[in-house]
Amino acid sequence: MVKINGELLDKDGKTVSEILSDMEINSQHVAVELNEMIVPKAEYSKTVLKGGDTVEVVRFVGGG
Amino acid sequence: MIPTKEEMYAALEERHGKELQKKLSETSVAVCGLGGLGSNIAISLARAGVGKLHMIDFDKVDISNLNRQQYFPEQLGMYKSDALYDTLKRIAPYCEIKKDCVKLDDDNIPRLLADDDIIVEAFDKAEQKAMLVNCVLETMPEKYLVAGSGMAGLASSNTITTKRVTKRFYVCGDGVSDVNDGMGLVSSRVLICAGHQAHAVIRIIAGEFDI
Repeated sequence: MVKINGELLDKDGKTVSEILSDMEINSQHVAVELNEMIVPKAEYSKTVLKGGDTVEVVRFVGGG
Repeated sequence: MIPTKEEMYAALEERHGKELQKKLSETSVAVCGLGGLGSNIAISLARAGVGKLHMIDFDKVDISNLNRQQYFPEQLGMYKSDALYDTLKRIAPYCEIKKDCVKLDDDNIPRLLADDDIIVEAFDKAEQKAMLVNCVLETMPEKYLVAGSGMAGLASSNTITTKRVTKRFYVCGDGVSDVNDGMGLVSSRVLICAGHQAHAVIRIIAGEFDI
């Protein structure tokens, strides 16, 4: 199980790109931290999640 | 007659205590984007006695900004970095203020923000927010970063929070209220988010890292 934004989900083996797509989030509007480390955008499709990982997906919406 | 530097410092020291005021006066904070969030954040930080402010925006003051941004009608057409500089100098005449009228991007961010201790993301477009945050986290992991996401509309004040995402990265806002849904930005709610961001900065300076 992978902890995504505090919730345990069955996402083992999925890439960061795939979980963003599952969450219907535009990858241009996020910052993703995997185990407290930023995942560079170029690595989203290559970064595979495994059991025990902690992911924080920070989504940005417009306004400021 | 405005007070001397020593008089103003002494008044802040009396308020905050010697130790915190020393830290505030020695810290450099970059405010990236000087709109509804950034102009209010900068004013809070200047009033609190932050010693060095780095103001960055490429845009000019427009009449549509006046509902929430800290500019005056007579400043319409001025660059925001110039207009806010004038206001900040009136509020905190001895604050060291650096202004850059430039559009931040992946190439210039590492150079332009190199000397700042804490970086505040206060842009308005989601893509730009994400660009700045990703660039800072990837290239300058030693910096503290305080971002804003979700403060549009009339939803309750109490849905706006400060979240510590990782050790040095904080996000304020409700995370969902997009400027493109509904009525757009309302001064009071933008101010609440700006207050969260400014307060996160002051707490970081004070060494109070937990939320």
